[in-house]
Formats: sequence, C-alpha cells, structure tokens
Amino acid sequence: MRKMLIWLPLVLFLGFFGLFASGLLKPDDRVISSKMVGRPLPAFTLPAAASDRPPLASSQLATGKPRLLNIFASWCLPCAAEAPQLMALKRAGAEIDAIAIRDARADVDAFLRRYGNPYARIGLDARSAVQIAMGSSGVPETFVIDGKGQIAYQHIGDIRADDVPMILDRLRSAQ
Amino acid sequence: MIAEAGLAALWLAAALALLQLVLVVFGLAGRKEELLGAVRPVAVSQGLLTLLAFLSLILLFLRSDMSVMLVVTNSHSMKPWLYKFAGTWGNHEGSMLLWVTVMGAAGSAVALFERALGRSTHMATLGAQAAISLGFYAFLLFSSNPFARIDPPAADGQGLNPLLQDPGLAFHPPTLYLGYVGLSVAFSFALGALLTRQVDAAFARAMRPWVLAAWVMLTLGITAGSYWAYYELGWGGWWFWDPVENASLMPWLAATALLHSVTVLATRDALRAWTVMLAVIAFSMSMVGTFLVRSGILTSVHAFAVDPERGTFILALLAIYIGGAFALFGWRIGAVREGAPFELVSRETMLVVNNLLLSVILGLVLIGTLYPLLTEAFGHKVSVGAPYFDRMAGPIALVLMIAMAAGPLTRWRRDRFRAVAGRLLIPAAVALVTLALVVALAWGRIGVLPLAGLVIAVAVAVGSVAPLWKRNLRRTPLFTWGMVIAHLGCAVSLGGMASDSAFTVEKLAAARPGDTIETAGWALRFTRIMPIAGDNWTALQADMTASRDGGGAVELHPQSRFFASPPTTTTEAALLTRWNGQLYVVLGQETGDGRWQVRVWWKPFVTFIWLGGIMIALGGALALVGRERRGWLMKWRARAAA
Amino acid sequence: MRGLLAVMLLLASAPALAQSALPPAPYADRQIDDPALERKARGLMETIRCLTCQSQSIADSNASMAGDMRSEIRQRIMAGETPEHIRAWLIERYGDWVSYEPTAAPILWPLWAAPAVLLFLGLLLLRARIKRRKRS
Repeated sequence: MRKMLIWLPLVLFLGFFGLFASGLLKPDDRVISSKMVGRPLPAFTLPAAASDRPPLASSQLATGKPRLLNIFASWCLPCAAEAPQLMALKRAGAEIDAIAIRDARADVDAFLRRYGNPYARIGLDARSAVQIAMGSSGVPETFVIDGKGQIAYQHIGDIRADDVPMILDRLRSAQ
Repeated sequence: MIAEAGLAALWLAAALALLQLVLVVFGLAGRKEELLGAVRPVAVSQGLLTLLAFLSLILLFLRSDMSVMLVVTNSHSMKPWLYKFAGTWGNHEGSMLLWVTVMGAAGSAVALFERALGRSTHMATLGAQAAISLGFYAFLLFSSNPFARIDPPAADGQGLNPLLQDPGLAFHPPTLYLGYVGLSVAFSFALGALLTRQVDAAFARAMRPWVLAAWVMLTLGITAGSYWAYYELGWGGWWFWDPVENASLMPWLAATALLHSVTVLATRDALRAWTVMLAVIAFSMSMVGTFLVRSGILTSVHAFAVDPERGTFILALLAIYIGGAFALFGWRIGAVREGAPFELVSRETMLVVNNLLLSVILGLVLIGTLYPLLTEAFGHKVSVGAPYFDRMAGPIALVLMIAMAAGPLTRWRRDRFRAVAGRLLIPAAVALVTLALVVALAWGRIGVLPLAGLVIAVAVAVGSVAPLWKRNLRRTPLFTWGMVIAHLGCAVSLGGMASDSAFTVEKLAAARPGDTIETAGWALRFTRIMPIAGDNWTALQADMTASRDGGGAVELHPQSRFFASPPTTTTEAALLTRWNGQLYVVLGQETGDGRWQVRVWWKPFVTFIWLGGIMIALGGALALVGRERRGWLMKWRARAAA
Repeated sequence: MRGLLAVMLLLASAPALAQSALPPAPYADRQIDDPALERKARGLMETIRCLTCQSQSIADSNASMAGDMRSEIRQRIMAGETPEHIRAWLIERYGDWVSYEPTAAPILWPLWAAPAVLLFLGLLLLRARIKRRKRS
C-alpha cells in the first residue's frame, strides 16, 4: 500500500505531462461551432437591412433549393475581405441571403456599394438575436441551408479564395 | 558593449552553475572535501554574475539603447524613467533574466548563511540549486536571449503596453517571481535532504525561512494582482477563476500547506515524507503556472505574449525537474522513517487537517483549471468557471477557516476535546449572535455561502486573536504575533469577500450631464463630460460629485481612455473609499440619445479583501523575523566575540 | 507569472478596432425593475461565457455581443422564463462551452466527483496518521 502511494505522485505527474504535451501539440482552436448544424433554422422575421434588397424571414430560406446564408456587418473588416469570394460564389450559381448584425441601413448601403452586393435578401439583426438563436458566435460566418430549411453546414470566419470550391460542394451535397 | 558584457556575464554564470553541479556530484560521490570546499565561492560568484547581467539590462533600458531588440520592442525613449526601469522585466526575456538573478542571489544566500544543515545535505542542496538554475540559463541563452542586437538600430522603441504603465503593476510581477524562486529554494532543500536521506527537524528549520519568505511574496503578489484586476477591468469583480489567476493561486495554496507542515516537522519531527512531497508540489505548481501562462494552451482574460516554442521549453524543464523529483522521491523516501502517529485531539492533527483541506482545494483548482484541456482532447469543449469553484472549494475553505481558528487553541502532542471545545465557546457564541443579526437584517437577500462566510469570518476573527488571551503581550514571541495577525487577516479577507457578494448594490443608469443617480444612500451628480489629454492618451472624462445622506460632496472622475499606439481603450473606474466600503463608478458607452451609460456599485467592506491580504503577508513577515532573529543575534554575537 | 499583468489587450482593444457603432441593446446595461428578477438574471449572466472575448462572463464584458446576450437574457427573464431554461437554450446552440457552470454530461462526471474523491483519499491518509485509542 505504502509502496504504491510512494509512486502515485510520479504516475499522476506523467498523466499531467501527457495532457500538457497534447495541449501543446494541438493548440486550442478557440472556434465555437454551432450545435444547430443538422437542425432546422430557428424561425425569424427580420426587417430590411439595405435600401434595394427585400427583408428576410426564415420561411424564405426553405425553398426546396439549398442557399447560403451569410452573416456579416458593415463595421467588420474580414467581411469586406470576403466580399470578392461571395461574388465568386454568386457567379458560380449560389443563391445568397444575408443577415446584417448590429447595423444601420445607410452603413449597409455604403458597404454594398463599395464591396459589391451578392445578396438576394438582407435582414437586419440589430440586437444579434437571430445570430444567437443560430448559435453563431461572430462575424463573418456563412451557413449552408438545405431545401427544407435545415442548417447543413457552418463556415466560421471569412471565406478565402480556396474555400470557394468546398463551399460550392457543400451547397450541392445539401440538395 | 553593455549588452555584450551582460551576455558574457550570463554565459559565465551558466558555466559556474555547471561547475557547481559537477563539484557537488564528484565531491559527494568521492567524498572529496577539497572539491566541496570550492562550492560556496562558486555559488556566490554565480549570484554576482547574474546580478551583473541583470544590471546591464536595466542600464540598457534606462539609456534606451535602441540597438537592442528587447528595448526596441518593449520601451520608448519618451517614457517616464520608472516605466523604462519596470519595462526591464515587463516582457518574457527580461522576466526570465530576473528569475535567474533572484535564483542566483538566493543560491548565494544559501551558500553564505545556511548553518543549520549537515554539511553533505547543505552541499546537495547547492547542487540541486545549480541543476535547476542550469535549465533556466539554457532557456535564456538558447531561446530567450535578452541581449540580442538589432542591426541597424531602430529610430525609437515600440513602447510598453499602456495597461502595464501603472505603478502598482510595475511591481506585481517581480513580487510573484520572488515567491516562485523562494519555492525553488525550498525544492532544492527537499532534493538535498532526499539525496542524503536526512529528512529531519534541522532540514525543516533550514527550509522554513525560505518557505515563509516565498509565501509572503506570493500573498502580496496575488493581493496586488487582484486589486489591479478589480479597478482596471471595470466590472467590480476581483477574482474571476481565470486560468492565469488559478495559476498564481495554486503555488500559494501549496506553499500555505507547506508552511504548516514544515512547522510540524520542525517542532515534532513528524510528517517527513509529506513535507518533502509538498515542497516538490509547491515548486511544481510554480512551474505549471508559468507553463500555463506562457504556452497559451488555455484561454485567459489575462493572455499576453504566448509562444508554443517557449511552452515546449518550459514543459521540458518541468518534465526533467518535477518528474525527476517525483522519481527521486519514490526511490529514496522508503528509507525515511515516519514519525510516531498523533493523538486525535492535538495541534498536530489540526495541522494535518489544514494540510488535507488545502490539498483538496489545490486539487480542485488544478483539476477544474485543466479539465477543459482534458475534454478538448476528446473533442468536447467545456468551461469550468466560478460556479464550480465557488460551490466546491467554497465550503471546504469555510471548514478550513474553522480549523484555522481551532488549531492554535489546541495543544501540541495531546489535548482534551472538552478543553478545546471550551476555548471555542466564545467564538461559537459570537457566531450565533452574528448569524441572528444577519438573518434578521438580510433574510431572503443573502445566499447560503455568503451568509456562512460572514458568520465564520466574524467568529474566526475572534477565535484567531484568542491565543493572545491572558498573555503578557510584551513577552509574546514575535512569531506568535505573526500567526495571530495572519489568521486574523484570513478572517478579514473572508469577511470582505462575503460582504461584497452579499451586500453589493449595483446600479446601471443612463444619464446625461445634470442628472443625479441615486443608489445605496449615495447621490451621484453627473456634472459634465469633457475630453482631456494625458501623456500618451486622450480620454473622455465625466465629472461627478458624490454625497451620502446630505453630507459633503466628493468629486469623482471616471474615464474612458484611448491609447493611440497600440490602439486600446481602457476604462478608468473612479473609486471612492470609505471606512465601510467603496463606491465604484464606471463611465460606459454613449446610448445614442445624448445620455451615457454609468455603472455604479456600492461595495460594503470590499477593501477588507485586500486589507486581509496585506495582514496575511505582514503576519508571515513577522513570523519570519521572529523565527530567524534569534539565529541572527547568535551569529552576530559569535562574530563579535571572534 | 506576470499573472494578472499584461491583461486583456485583446479585449480592451476590440472596441477601438471593430465593433458596432450601434448603441447597446435596450437591456444590455439596464436593470430589470423588479430586484428579484434582476438578481435571477444577474446570477445567470455571471455564468454564461462571452463568445467573442477571451475568457469572461457576459456580465463582465464590454463586447457588444455580450451586451446583446445580456439584453436577451433580461428580456426572457421578464417574460417569465427560468434561468435554467435559458441556460439550456444557450447550451443547445453553443454547446457546454457557453456555460461556466459545468453541465451533468457524462464527460463531466469525474469533475463533479473530484471533491468527494479527494476528500475521501485525504481522510484515508489521515486515518493512517492518527493513533487509535486502545479499548480498555
């Protein structure tokens, strides 16, 4: 008994060492993914965020055809950086709707004039309520919504040029 | 030239540490007295060289030598001299250099002044100290060279993080460092005693001052850090159970346990294996803490320059020293005889209970802090925060407080249960009265834990001064005073915590200039809001006057500060301290209709938290002086006679 | 460590760099009039982790999303929802990570058992050190 107790600290230490080493090898990615993937989109109705685009409601996302739902904001720098990729996705045939987070109509208009407007509809989520309901934790994020209105995929952070084919794939497989 | 001289001194010191280790190994193994005779001068020279290296770095910072990389990235020629000075250790490389410097100085002190230990244990201790230093020298020289040059020199530096430009914060890190290094000395003593198998009362008496000193420093460091977080974060919280905070708490918990077990070993020659184990654990917690903070494997509010490569280096050191120490423990401790068992009712048992509860709390903090890392390895993200620690560690800490009051009232060796209970009668009566009072005044508004905390704090405060009862206060030894003040400090601190969580009044308001915000008996008049400019910042400052119950008005100036480089916004809370609490006012955002968010808290007796911390440190310092003074006097007399 | 030292550069700099210019949500920094409900809301907010910060509860954060979550929570409390229901709703969206209070998921059982296990082990060790009274 005493013999075992004597070596217990070393054994415990080796356990902790392994834990630390694994923590170092696999750094914390710090990305909080939504647990809503694979589940129906929460119901919402949002007012229009831009002057020349209609408002957005969750029912309009279940059209039988998969769509992209981009979450962005005019005050967010990475959102501006991903704008060309969204335009590329649109050119490749993707239908994209958007939710603008904590934004003002004039600011969204200016943002779209400057960086291009790939969106069919844009809803304004002034208090991040829909964002929270979707389990999204920041801007920008892009969700793939399948034809039945279920969340099929969540892309966290800005879309890079080499992400575009993957997102198109996800869109197709959500059919 | 200064940088090269500093680097050379560092290399030389490293070489001397290696020499010191070799001398001890061959001297002890071959029983060669001539080798061992050289150990002490080598240790002292090593200490002087590290001091030289550190002074060189200070000089480089004071002269703003922009050909040195570290100065460029962490200083600026226009900074006040105090922050140039503090900037020396306000970064990774400089702080590691400070670490080895204090280690070198401590090694010199052990070499020069230690007389209680047997010769071979003393030498083995110095050998262990050299071995530990070597690892840190390697870390500095191979991965964190503070003296690296930059060519061509920069025009000027990039400045110190504005948040660090705070007099209190300039001295918070070195205080913690002194604590860690003190624990490393205790660790060396433990290794030395294990190597020579002389784990006895003399070893405990030799180690005790280092443990006490380290503990005082850790207490001060944590207290200062907590107060700083309190006024700088702007939400009135003073402890968040954040990984970095836990990392500083764990060595303190281990050191507190060690402090008490070393007393049992010194007085009663018992708890040998346990004390050695605690000495190893205390230092390993310092290293684990350093690793967690520097490697960035856990997310923290207090995150700063993290670097996985440095994390790897620290982890390697951790594996060598701590793994090695536990292995040595397993190998050698079987030969150390355990002392006789204790009577159930005795001071010894109380101290063992103290150790047990502190260890359980330490275990909980360690497990809770690392658990997210463990689940992450299984692909499951969780958070372990205040609700867990409060609910699990809180009640155990309260039991510990009761044991703390009862311990000094119990006799060594053997006591009668009825006698101890009799001595606790007055504190128990005080507890009942407090309970009745608080329940009558605040029933329904106070949670169970704060209620228990308040009652226990008051009762324990009475219980902790009881050892002075019927004693001639002038002839009471200094270390008894130290114990009483430290224990009283714990009660004071607990009282502050409980009062803050039970009675804090929060008021969130949107106000425009001219409005008056009323809360908790205070009337806070918002006079105006003005931009003002400071040294290297601009701020929006609100002018407010606070008065209580129609009394005189005091001006308050909460600010929202903007720093240009790097672009940073900080909230500067305005604090109004009264004997019975603190008014805490924060200026928030503009609401869009010409009004401003103002957050106001009245926190009754919140300052007791840090007052208690200072008392604990003061008590430790008194105990240290009280214990050591006799030895110093004797040494001094012997020298005078010779 | 320089523990509490080089704090929150990230957190503090966030508002200066990229945050919405929109004013805070209605109940982000406004208390519920009923103190009992506010106490409930506050208790919950202190244990919900801020999504955009490093390691803070939404009760202690300046981030705009934390403000939106506070507002959402206060409004739901006012509408009569219980704090535990709201916590479950958030966990459904963000996983166990979002709650500073560990849940009862099986992977967390060892964590909840830790205090009892540690105390038991300690008492076992303690028993070995105490002299047993001889029965006379």
